[in-house]
Formats: sequence, structure tokens, C-alpha cells
Amino acid sequence: MKLATAIRLAALLVLILGVEAACRFGLISRFTMVPPSAMAVGLAETLSSGELNGEIGSTFGGIAIAAVSAIGVGFVLGALLHALPRVRACLDPLLATYYSIPTFVFYPMLLVFFGMNRTPIVVIGFLFAVVAMITNTFNGLDRIPRVLVKTARVLRLGGVATTVRIVLPAAAPHLFTGAKLAIVYAFVGVIGSEFILSSSGLGYEIAFSFNNFDNTRMYSLIILVILVVALVNALIFAWEQSLLRRWGRW
Amino acid sequence: METQVALRSVERYFGTTKRARLHALGPIDLDLRKGEFFTIVGPSGCGKSTLLEIVAGLSPASAGEVLFEGRPIGGVVPDGIGVVFQEDASFPWLTVRDNIGFGLQGRGLGGREVRRRVDHALDLVGLSQFAAGYPAQLSGGMRQRVCIARTLVLEPRLILLDEPFGALDQQTRLLMGDEVLRLWRATGATILLITHSLDEAALLSDRVGVMSARPGRFLDIVETHWPRDRDSRLASEAEFGDVTSHLWRLLREESLKSMGVDAALRRAS
Repeated sequence: MKLATAIRLAALLVLILGVEAACRFGLISRFTMVPPSAMAVGLAETLSSGELNGEIGSTFGGIAIAAVSAIGVGFVLGALLHALPRVRACLDPLLATYYSIPTFVFYPMLLVFFGMNRTPIVVIGFLFAVVAMITNTFNGLDRIPRVLVKTARVLRLGGVATTVRIVLPAAAPHLFTGAKLAIVYAFVGVIGSEFILSSSGLGYEIAFSFNNFDNTRMYSLIILVILVVALVNALIFAWEQSLLRRWGRW
Repeated sequence: METQVALRSVERYFGTTKRARLHALGPIDLDLRKGEFFTIVGPSGCGKSTLLEIVAGLSPASAGEVLFEGRPIGGVVPDGIGVVFQEDASFPWLTVRDNIGFGLQGRGLGGREVRRRVDHALDLVGLSQFAAGYPAQLSGGMRQRVCIARTLVLEPRLILLDEPFGALDQQTRLLMGDEVLRLWRATGATILLITHSLDEAALLSDRVGVMSARPGRFLDIVETHWPRDRDSRLASEAEFGDVTSHLWRLLREESLKSMGVDAALRRAS
């Protein structure tokens, strides 16, 4: 283990133990926070009872759909905008200010469009995520060195071969960043809208526990969300590192 | 001697509207002889790289005709022409071996033949022990050798080198020059090199074409009469100095023109 990792883990452990002690000795009231050990026990109970399996499935399933479709659609739109500079010049201000729009305000409108089901939430997750993928896609395509494209012509590659063998790998680091952001935004979009707006899903369950003073359950679910996000991020990070180690220069 | 590339009254304009049209190049007439080492020198902005792109088929001529082995070039890069650019064009996501074999895929060659050719090219450019490494682990000169090897495996009959050593330090340049001479002899290919280094031009070439300031035309084509078996030790010969000083005499005025200082200098003198 690297020293930095060890120090990080130690700091985290000290923090958790500190919170545990503060809760146990009454420095933090039970109405404010339950001890981390109780959160862990609560989480284990919730997971083993299976009472929330449906919610867990619909939330993470929704996030997966939002993230995957945002990555796919964002890539296609990003590539189109790269190919159509005039259209892009028109849309540039919109894309630049996109994240200043609180996407959640569209929820009522989406309910009208898609009905009282999970779709509006997934759509919010998608809307939240897709623009990060679009901008990173065209940034990646913009930054492909011209000499690589010239090389493709010298090697007499056709359009498809040029795209698959040169353009995509050359733009990969940016596409990767876009996908990473899209996944994170899909998490925020879906769980956030469940929390504020919806009557199902993990976000809603957290809010429900909160409203009912069920602190143990609330904290257990928060921990669950954090664990999943951390795991997904760690996986993406590990994959990215293994690519970057090779492509140190990119 | 057999002519491999023939340029007939080749010109190039940039810009579409009449008023904004820029006469970049030409008219140029040139015959490249099969197997010769021809170098183009000229002031910056004179259209050297444009000329190379036209010969490669990467960029169209606005007027005139370019023939490669008797067939007109237009739009696509003909089989048998390899190009090495000034910028690093190695693919960072592939190993050195895969970089070099890149152009051989999809050409209907067997795996064993691909391996043989890549091994041979690795050997020629002295990168055998780096075959499994990635370009990020190599120096600039080594990456440029990867690009040269990637061109060589295709066994081109004409190799176009667009200032391939421009980004390298002087010592590496000299040694790379020797290496190119060695590869030139080993492959029997024709080489068209573009450089701004007069020493490099004088050292490497059978003939040096000296171009004028824009629109680039050939002011003179200088024959060096070097033996085919030559290397950078030529630099210490008296004839080498004669060639470079002749080149510089031709180029000095043109370089000043391209810098826009000729009028000012004439007024001063």
C-alpha cells in the first residue's frame, strides 16, 4: 500500500472512531446522528431483510439507464456538433450556461409528458448528465492532432477505419472524462429528484426516514448511496489509471 | 535516369474569392529521378510543405499536373508513397510494435509476414529492444524513428520527409541524418526531404532544390555529386563548405524577402 493511501485510510478511520465516540458519550445527541456502528448494523439489516430491494433496484437501474443513454446520446450529439461547426457556434452559449439551469424545475413538465412513473426521474438524470458528455466529446475530437488524421490518409484508411482505429482512441481520454462525469451527474440527478420530488426510490426512502425521525434507517441508506458511489468511482478511477499509465503523454 | 515523380507547371492558390486569393506556390516543374535523394530548402512560408502535400496527394494542386510513376495524383495518396511529418505522429495508445505494424493490417498479409516486416523495420531503426514499450516512454528522436519505421514496413518506393528532424536537437539531427542515408541505401527508395537546415540539405542530398520566397519557385537545383555511400563525416570536407555557402548565397536574399526586411535593408545600405 502506498503511504498516501495508508494515511488517507487512517484519517478516515480516526474520523469514524471520533464520530462513534462522540455519539456514544453523548456529545452528539441521538436525534442528530446515530453512531456509525449503528448505521452499519442498520444497513446490514435493511439489506438482509430485502425490504428495499425494489427501491434499490429501481434507483440504481434508473441511474444506469440515465448514465448509459446520456453517454450514448451525448457522444452522438457531440460528434455531430464537431462535424457541424456553425450549429455548434449557435448552441455554444446554451451549452456553456446549461449547468446554471436547475434541471429539477422541469419535473412537473416531465410528469405531464411521461406520466406518474419512474420515467421523469430517469429523464432528469439523463438531462443532467448528457451535456457533460456532449462537451467532452467535441473537446476530445477538437484536440485530435491533425497530423494523426493526415497519417490516416497517408496509410490510406477509409472513413470507418480512420474513426475506429485513430479518431476514437485519440479522443478516448476526453470521452472517458465525459463518461465519468455523466455517471456522476446521473447519480446526482436521479437520487436528487427522488429525494425532492418523487414517491419512490432510494432518495425518497431517505427523505421518508428523515421525516419520520428514523435516524438509523436514514443514515444507513445515506451510507449505502455513498458506498455505491465510492465503489463506482473507484472502478472508473482504476480503469482510467491503467489507461493513463500507458498513454502518459495524452 | 528514370523519372519517378514529374511536376508540370504545378501551382497552388489559397482562398476562393479573387480578392483574397493567395498565390502560395509555383509554377513548379521538377523531375524526381528514381532512387535519388532530393532535398528542398527555402525560406519559411515559401510553400515547401504545400509542395510536399501536393506530391503526396494530401492536397490538390490548383493548376498543373503531378505524375507518380506515370499516373496522375489527385485526391488520394497513391500506394507506394510514404510520408513522415515534422510533428510526432506516433499513436500513444499502441506499443512501438503495433505502431509500426499499424499500416499493414487489412492488407491481406499473413501474421508471420507482418511480424517479419515489423521485426526488420524495428531492427533498421534500432528500436528492437523497445518493441513492447509505448511512445510515452520514448524520446522525441525515438518516436520519430517509430514513424519512419511505420512508413518503411509498407515498402514505399517514394518517401516524403517533411522536416522530420525539425523538433530534434542538433546532435540527434546529424545522427538521424546518417540513419536516413543508411535506410535510403538499404531500401533503394526515392527520398524527397524538406528542411530548413542548409547543412542537412548539403549533407544528405544528391540534389538540392532551392526555393524562392512566396510564391515558391525553384531558384536553382544544386547537384552535390556525393558518393552514394556517405555519412555526416562529409561535414568536414572542403566541398561540403562550398555547397552550403552556395546554398546560402542563393537563399539569403529570399529569406530576407520572406521576413519583409529586404526593402528596409536596401534603403540602409
